[in-house]
Amino acid sequence: MAAVVEKVKGTACVLRGDDIDTDRIIPARYLRCVTFDGIGQYAFEDDRKQAKGNHPLDDARFAGAGILVVGRNFGCGSSREHAPQSLMRFGFNAFVGASFAEIFHGNCTALGLPCVTLGERDLAALMDSVELDPTQQVVVDLVARTVSSRAGVMQATIRDGTRQALLEGSWNATVVLIDAGAAIERTARALPYVSGFQSS
Amino acid sequence: MPPAKSLFDKVWDAHTVRELPGGQTQLFIGLHLIHEVTSPQAFAQLREMGLRVRFPQRTFATVDHIIPTDSQRRPLADSLAEEMLVHLERNCAEHGIQLWLPSSGKQGIVHVIGPELGLTQPGTTIACGDSHTSTHGAFGAVAFGIGTSQVRDVLATQCLALNKPRLRRIEVTGKLAAGVYAKDVILHIIRRLGVNGGVGFAYEYGGPVIDAMSMEERLTVCNMSIEGGARVGYVNPDEIAIEYLRGREFSPKGAAWERAVRYWRGIASDAAAHADDRVELAGHEIAPTITWGINPGQALGVDEALPQLTRVRDDERAGFAEACEFMGFAPGQKIAGTKIDVAFIGSCTNGRISDLREAARVARTGKVAAGVRALVVPGSQQVAKQAEAEGLHEIFRSAGFEWREAGCSMCLAMNPDKLQGRELCASSSNRNFKGRQGSPTGRTLLMSPAMVAAAALAGKVVDVRERL
Repeated sequence: MAAVVEKVKGTACVLRGDDIDTDRIIPARYLRCVTFDGIGQYAFEDDRKQAKGNHPLDDARFAGAGILVVGRNFGCGSSREHAPQSLMRFGFNAFVGASFAEIFHGNCTALGLPCVTLGERDLAALMDSVELDPTQQVVVDLVARTVSSRAGVMQATIRDGTRQALLEGSWNATVVLIDAGAAIERTARALPYVSGFQSS
Repeated sequence: MPPAKSLFDKVWDAHTVRELPGGQTQLFIGLHLIHEVTSPQAFAQLREMGLRVRFPQRTFATVDHIIPTDSQRRPLADSLAEEMLVHLERNCAEHGIQLWLPSSGKQGIVHVIGPELGLTQPGTTIACGDSHTSTHGAFGAVAFGIGTSQVRDVLATQCLALNKPRLRRIEVTGKLAAGVYAKDVILHIIRRLGVNGGVGFAYEYGGPVIDAMSMEERLTVCNMSIEGGARVGYVNPDEIAIEYLRGREFSPKGAAWERAVRYWRGIASDAAAHADDRVELAGHEIAPTITWGINPGQALGVDEALPQLTRVRDDERAGFAEACEFMGFAPGQKIAGTKIDVAFIGSCTNGRISDLREAARVARTGKVAAGVRALVVPGSQQVAKQAEAEGLHEIFRSAGFEWREAGCSMCLAMNPDKLQGRELCASSSNRNFKGRQGSPTGRTLLMSPAMVAAAALAGKVVDVRERL
């Protein structure tokens, strides 16, 4: 089994903006690799270069942050797991946002990284609070389904299946799926195209 | 009589191995397509866990993202790309997986070769470590783009752990005007429903406009479901789908063909099937559509102008301003007439034979404008062969386009085909994200292949309807 993820505590970094895609999180040239080792340093590389030091990931006040606070539809676009891999290796262990793209969310779960969403007002308040005082502790609590900070204890949303997998440490799905044993072959054999479409 | 069911529910139920605690479903995957980018780490983890590929005969591989399109000779000039290809070859050999390399004559973009080989069939589940796997839904398959850890899951168990999405039926009514293509339809849908409108949904496309489409057009529509936020998009299989599959390499043969056709006909959504949401769009209102911004929902009819900032919704204003700044466009401006530097025809969205035919129809009316670099990249070696048999490559070449070999090419810049600096590219691909085409400051306008060809000849964005 994988590690149990009940709470993620740490300082946070605020990355404003909606529809931030995985090409921005990790430019495609860094997908030319056969391992994920070392890709943390390339997270948001082009955005950071263009921001000339003014990108939140380069802001000294956010250095060492373990929680990334984002906007709407974060991680849209390509299915590249290199995106959450690079953010994880940069140091983020949880994401709090308005919403997450489907595949990015699934990839994060498979790495044991919770993605939780907050209501619009709460998210705005959290962003303001963290920017005002980046030294504060933020706690993403999966048991209580809350995000706590100086801005208050906020009700967070996380999908039941995802939450359960993180709480049980069963987020490495391969281990869970293998458990089905011969039921996999039984399901396959019952499908007409698996059993019946071979040339007769 | 059994209750009315959608194709999505029928396929989901038939492939359910079991319900997992917490509400996820363990779903059997009928076809697993793999490529060089998202699979090496998955094989490495498989090895670490001491596991083998569970259904190697249901797993197929090709090379597409990193392959150069000027010369596919080995070893590849880019040593990192060569290393990825060597890993793919080694992994496929070790696990008994069929791999189509350029030497096979059947290599191509994974989402082009699946349908073309007859691997993509109605009523199946398909997974691939690529977000454009939704493409295969055109045949009435339920197809998921997945990440590398999930590639490992499928290699090891032929299953995925998934949350079941809700179903949205998108009905496109009436008829399309001349010069309006499948690409315009999907760009219009994304523009209307938003780039995150489909999050949590599977899209079922239907209505007279979709029903009248060829398989290749439906592939274009389903391909960009993910750009609208929907991981899965599909069209119910009909006679057009069945005829397309007849006689293909992996299509069932003889008596099995008859059994297959019965299954395919029965898997389509029942007339009274439930959908969680329904949207209707009028086909005749769709114009040739182009994107102007940095996500695929930032699109306009070619005859429209950008709105003034005050007319943009509050929650979209920051994104609108950011896109204007990056692209160098001003609120209120028309995009038609904008000078282009590069024209790219290809990709899993629009790199099929019918796309090349439509582009060639435009290309034969003129010459590529001075200062424009224009590329035509067939989606597969078989597409290239067919195009060459029809003489399309000569039409493109004599008009001043480069005729390349099969691959993903300039869609995503993992190979030598890239934009330089702030170049502006008229592109038949699927994403206009910042930096997508290889230059961090490069700019992309998405449009149909015929519109790209027209832009290449004019040297600027024009309405293809004036050229037809």
